[in-house]
Amino acid sequence: MMAWIDHWVLALLSMVLLALAFGLLILWVSKKFKVEGNPIVEQINAILPQTQCGQCNYPGCKPYAQAIAAGEAPINQCPPGGQEGIKKLAELLDVEVLELNPENGAEEADQVVEIVEPDCIGCTKCIQVCPVDAIVGAAKQMHTVILDECTGCDLCIPACPVDCIIKIPAPLPAPINRKPKPSLMHTVREAQGFPEALS
Amino acid sequence: MTDIFLIFISAAFVNNFVLVRFLGLCPFMGVSTQYQSALGMSFATAFVLTMSSIASYLVNEYLLQPLGLEYLKTLSFILVIAVTVQITEMILHKSSPLLYQVLGLFLPLITTNCAVLGVALLNVQKQNSLLESAFFGFGAAVGFGLVLVLFSAIRERLEMANVPPSFRGLPIALMTAGLMSLAFMGFSGMTS
Repeated sequence: MMAWIDHWVLALLSMVLLALAFGLLILWVSKKFKVEGNPIVEQINAILPQTQCGQCNYPGCKPYAQAIAAGEAPINQCPPGGQEGIKKLAELLDVEVLELNPENGAEEADQVVEIVEPDCIGCTKCIQVCPVDAIVGAAKQMHTVILDECTGCDLCIPACPVDCIIKIPAPLPAPINRKPKPSLMHTVREAQGFPEALS
Repeated sequence: MTDIFLIFISAAFVNNFVLVRFLGLCPFMGVSTQYQSALGMSFATAFVLTMSSIASYLVNEYLLQPLGLEYLKTLSFILVIAVTVQITEMILHKSSPLLYQVLGLFLPLITTNCAVLGVALLNVQKQNSLLESAFFGFGAAVGFGLVLVLFSAIRERLEMANVPPSFRGLPIALMTAGLMSLAFMGFSGMTS
């Protein structure tokens, strides 16, 4: 009986060690053969307003940034970014400033949406189309918009069957400045109230 | 030396993995629609097959057999294959981005190619040495690549052929594969 258990432990241990060794090998190879992504895509993406509205005919801001970087798209297809965004892109890429392409939409003052709550029937259709998960609610419950998260992409307005979503002036500055996310360790320490000297 | 040569010929033609042993049929059917991608897939599979048959031999000889854990060989060989594919992909991504783009999705798919696992297990079953294992793997890869490229060329012509509607697409491809298999059976008996 003991011998059987010994063998069982041996088998388990050797498989774990083998997997661990392979894991370390892959880690080493991935560090050694690291491929940098195209940095220009990140820089373009930082200028784009991150509304993920799709008015540029690309699925979101990152795909549009990739298309610009690849030279497949002109820089004037982003209505939420407006003329200011086009100017910044032109500076970054050292190309001429273009007028906003009217086919993609017109530049508007910054707006977000609000749900007229007494009219909401709780169909969840707007939740499904929201690209930034800024609408909370459940089936047959009243929904509401988290104003801080709403990018004003207006994708939820055609989705609403009772037209209870309206535009209101945005309370946030344009374009949205996204802070780089702090590392997990950092926030955990902050949450636990560690003294700064330790971190 | 003749032994090694015989093992190579046997794995590549006489006991061809796809048409005689019927292993690795999924990529055989899936990637054979275009000649170019079939060629790329053949090269990637050749590299992975040779590397993984060497690596799995080493794992079997120096880890599993001394500890008496031969019954874990399927599990550990799958691990070896997955790691080989992953490393191949990373090195290729760095050293040859063009080939990486051409192969694309096919690279990770090699992990689930049963011919790769089949080679590793047959090496143990036949009690091949390290060199024999390597050549067995390489022979299997050459056989796989040859058949894949031939089949993709046939399929490209089949696209243009006037096939009865109910046989179009996969049915005629499977029948063609069957005919190719019959042709390769003609090698049987040449070596063991």
